[in-house]
Amino acid sequence: MSGIRKFFASRAGIISVGAFIGVCAALLQKWGNPGNMGICVACFERDIAGAMGLHRAAVVQYLRPEILGFVLGALLAALAFKEFRPRAGSAPIVRFVLGMAAMIGALVFLGCPWRAVLRLAGGDGNAIFGLLGLAAGIWVGTLFFKGGYNLGRSPSTYTSVGLLMPLIILGLLALRLIFPQIPDQPQSGILFYSVKGPGSQHAALAVSLVVGLAVGVLAQRSRFCTMGAIRDLILFRQGHLFFGMLALLGFAFLTNLAVGQFKPGFVGQPVAHTQELWNFLGMVVAGLAFALAGGCPGRQLFMAGEGDGDAAVFVLGMIAGAAVSHNFGLASSPAGVGPHGMAAVIICLAALLFIGFTMRQKSA
Amino acid sequence: MSDLVDARGLSCPQPVLLTLDKMKDLGQGELTVLVDTDTSKENVIRAAGSLGWQVKSVDAAGMGYTLTLEKS
Repeated sequence: MSGIRKFFASRAGIISVGAFIGVCAALLQKWGNPGNMGICVACFERDIAGAMGLHRAAVVQYLRPEILGFVLGALLAALAFKEFRPRAGSAPIVRFVLGMAAMIGALVFLGCPWRAVLRLAGGDGNAIFGLLGLAAGIWVGTLFFKGGYNLGRSPSTYTSVGLLMPLIILGLLALRLIFPQIPDQPQSGILFYSVKGPGSQHAALAVSLVVGLAVGVLAQRSRFCTMGAIRDLILFRQGHLFFGMLALLGFAFLTNLAVGQFKPGFVGQPVAHTQELWNFLGMVVAGLAFALAGGCPGRQLFMAGEGDGDAAVFVLGMIAGAAVSHNFGLASSPAGVGPHGMAAVIICLAALLFIGFTMRQKSA
Repeated sequence: MSDLVDARGLSCPQPVLLTLDKMKDLGQGELTVLVDTDTSKENVIRAAGSLGWQVKSVDAAGMGYTLTLEKS
């Protein structure tokens, strides 16, 4: 066990995990997931919100098994390596709001940091503006850290508290099995299923779930985090996590080349728009929110699997943010930014600055 | 008695930030860091190494770890 521990804490370990995610994500596209969206934590949580009817955007409703696998895989790895640490109670309402803002920003760009990298690996030049925005948002976050920003300590708590999110995820998996997709039907029992659009494009249930579980296990072991990758580089000049992110980019690119999915350009890219400024600003919001919350959306799922109830609240905030995004016309589409997307970006930025400037209680 | 950083319950990047700040203040000597997750343990050890601090000992303590770091 200690050999495995050491490997995943090493540079080779994080690079292997990034490479694994990159290859799997590109292959998931080949196997049915939407273009340049083999894995997108924001999009997939948005699809889950749609599957539960929290929003009624008919083209993005599917209970994505990858997300379920992430949490359950992380739980299994945490239990196997005795790293399950039930903890909760560090500014939960703030984490919920950060999750909402992160999702609203990500859906203006149309992707989480993972998808930003995957879009670039598929040749989508618009992703460059998203990634620049992500880095800019995280950079602002590091300024707050240097200024003493802190969400406060997260006390340890009952095992049951740490298990709640994994149990909710198991419940969702049960729903997915009880109400399977009926071909060409928008609903199966209580679950919604897209019949067209990105929500209708997905790999087989078992494939998605197995990949999700594997990524969950590996990411829990390696602490893979795309926000931490950029944050540590800026804050500590430390490239450990960044190598993982680069590996994701490189291996997704190579896999895309190998299976004929690399299509360079700006116009007509899958599930993307070409409004550079808003691609940039959407990800500034998302990047700052992830930085202030201490993890990218994938990492928040893995931490929720490790028993972190605060990360779980962030995830629920993202799902609520997805519902708001689509119900209020904030989310973008290939046609461009939603009718109220620009206003939402500015309001979210103001909310994040309010949180960053006011939560400065030094804990040391 | 070595200097102490209590990073228990803090999320990323606070444990590393507090440890590095303390190390810059001290310059050298011995520093004890309390953490409660394996992630924080690995991050603190990695960051300490980048400033030339050695790990003297890692003790499992309750639900976390006591890290003793030193630089001479």
